Amino acid sequence: MAPFFVLFALVTVAPVGYAAWLSLFHDQQSGLGFGGTERVFSGVGNYTKAFTDPLFLASFRHIALYCLLYIPVMVGGALVLALLLDSALARAKRFFQIALYLPHAVPGLISAVIWLYLYTPGLSPVLAALDRAGLSWNFFGRDEALLSVINISAWQWTGYNMIIFFAGLQAIPRETVEAATMDGAGALRTAFQVKVPGIRPTVVLTVLFTCVGAVQLFDAPQLLQLRATGMGESWSPTMYVFSAAFKSHDYGLAAASALLLAVVAGAASYVVTKLGNRWRSA
Amino acid sequence: MTTTLTPGRAPRLLSRTAVNAALLLVAAYTLMPLAWLVLAATKNRRDLFATGPYTPGRFNLLTNLGDVFTYDHGIFGRWLGNSLLYTVAGSTLSALISVACGYAFHAYEFRHKERLFGVVLAGVLVPATVLQLPLYLMASAAGAVNTYWAYLVPALVNPFGVYLARVFAEGYVPDEVLAAARVDGAGELRLFAHVSLPMLWPGFVTIFLFTFTAVWNNFYGALTMLNDERLYPVSLGLFMWNRSVYQQPELYPLVITGSLVSVVPLVLAFLGLQRFWRSGLTAGAVK
Repeated sequence: MAPFFVLFALVTVAPVGYAAWLSLFHDQQSGLGFGGTERVFSGVGNYTKAFTDPLFLASFRHIALYCLLYIPVMVGGALVLALLLDSALARAKRFFQIALYLPHAVPGLISAVIWLYLYTPGLSPVLAALDRAGLSWNFFGRDEALLSVINISAWQWTGYNMIIFFAGLQAIPRETVEAATMDGAGALRTAFQVKVPGIRPTVVLTVLFTCVGAVQLFDAPQLLQLRATGMGESWSPTMYVFSAAFKSHDYGLAAASALLLAVVAGAASYVVTKLGNRWRSA
Repeated sequence: MTTTLTPGRAPRLLSRTAVNAALLLVAAYTLMPLAWLVLAATKNRRDLFATGPYTPGRFNLLTNLGDVFTYDHGIFGRWLGNSLLYTVAGSTLSALISVACGYAFHAYEFRHKERLFGVVLAGVLVPATVLQLPLYLMASAAGAVNTYWAYLVPALVNPFGVYLARVFAEGYVPDEVLAAARVDGAGELRLFAHVSLPMLWPGFVTIFLFTFTAVWNNFYGALTMLNDERLYPVSLGLFMWNRSVYQQPELYPLVITGSLVSVVPLVLAFLGLQRFWRSGLTAGAVK
């Protein structure tokens, strides 16, 4: 137990503190840039700098849009799939569980690499099919990139969450479902009025984890922007932090924006939990 | 799905087909990229662009594999080894620490116990990417950047693992067993190692698997902490290859085949260990 807390303090508590400390300073070139830099106290300067940086604000807009499209599609999709799988009509349940979960066994970066190639003209079966149908689509366009990123996430996570929902559905007592059927409820009504409410807490938790994950989005967009240059190097907040730290070496700004990111993540989780609790007890 | 209590044969058959067709469609979506990867890895560079995505070209898998493992003095093998070392060492230690900690939360009473547990739970919600930059700066102050440690030590802490371990300990290690063993004169360490740990074994494996995926997936951590090519895990290595692919198109088959090589063991492990990740997911689901 003690070793955990020593390490916990070292890699969780200390970095937060250190980031807070760093965020209050900025490096200033002394004189003409000779003699190195000195660290100057700048109070909330880095925070105002982040807040007024259009790139930083844009990165949050991207994530907000991403959540708006991705969460309903992915969570809704996973839920519907779990219900289908749970219905008496589905065949080969084991096969479908494994097939749908499989993408999750592929590391995030590798799945981004695979999709990057599936988006590349000349390699992509999707584009080839569209081409035959006389359509065209540019996965690397400035705006289309958002959908490309969402697709990668959905591919990775839908099956995973479906399994979680499915496990929840299986845990609902069969008598409850049977009673509803006895009362004359059709399969659809049973699904949405008995089964879904039965796994509400699980759904809320999933939305929560998805939000926390969305705020940290990095691998896929970082890889895509190598091709989709319109995205820029700070498309997502984490990419912004990364490029502030490792491209412009502005550690103060990076620390400040990282903390802002943590605050936003915290606020998002709080809102989701609150709404979730209300829905849960509704 | 419009079945009523006494459905006619036809609508039931119809909805059965619809349900299974929908599932098949989604399965096609999830499997399509993997099928593409397998097929693409068997082609040489010319066929990769010249033949259709799902038409096989000349069978070139063995040459591709050979190229992957010999390129740049066999650096790829080293990356695989690194990934294996990071993940196995990292997740074994991390799971052990988590289990011990969760067990302690269950088995002992101490001051501020629930408050400390609250801190751990809050730790679950702190985004890992937020910690990465300060961790990098701390590591660089300690001169640890570009070492195995910089990448490994942060992986050892897994607040979610502690939470899971406590849930498991409450389920698997009854208080009576602990009390009985103490009466028999077992010391606390012995008690943990010989009585509780075996009982917690399924929990240990589950947490191990969770951490395993987390470490294997930790691309951001590797990208910030490591810039010595020889220390890269495989994902970072492939990322770097992929970055140069536009200047050196001969790397295309290497990236594709390399991706396949790095995915296969994971898929096999996942198929083999189904029982465990399933129980882990369910434990997470019934919070």
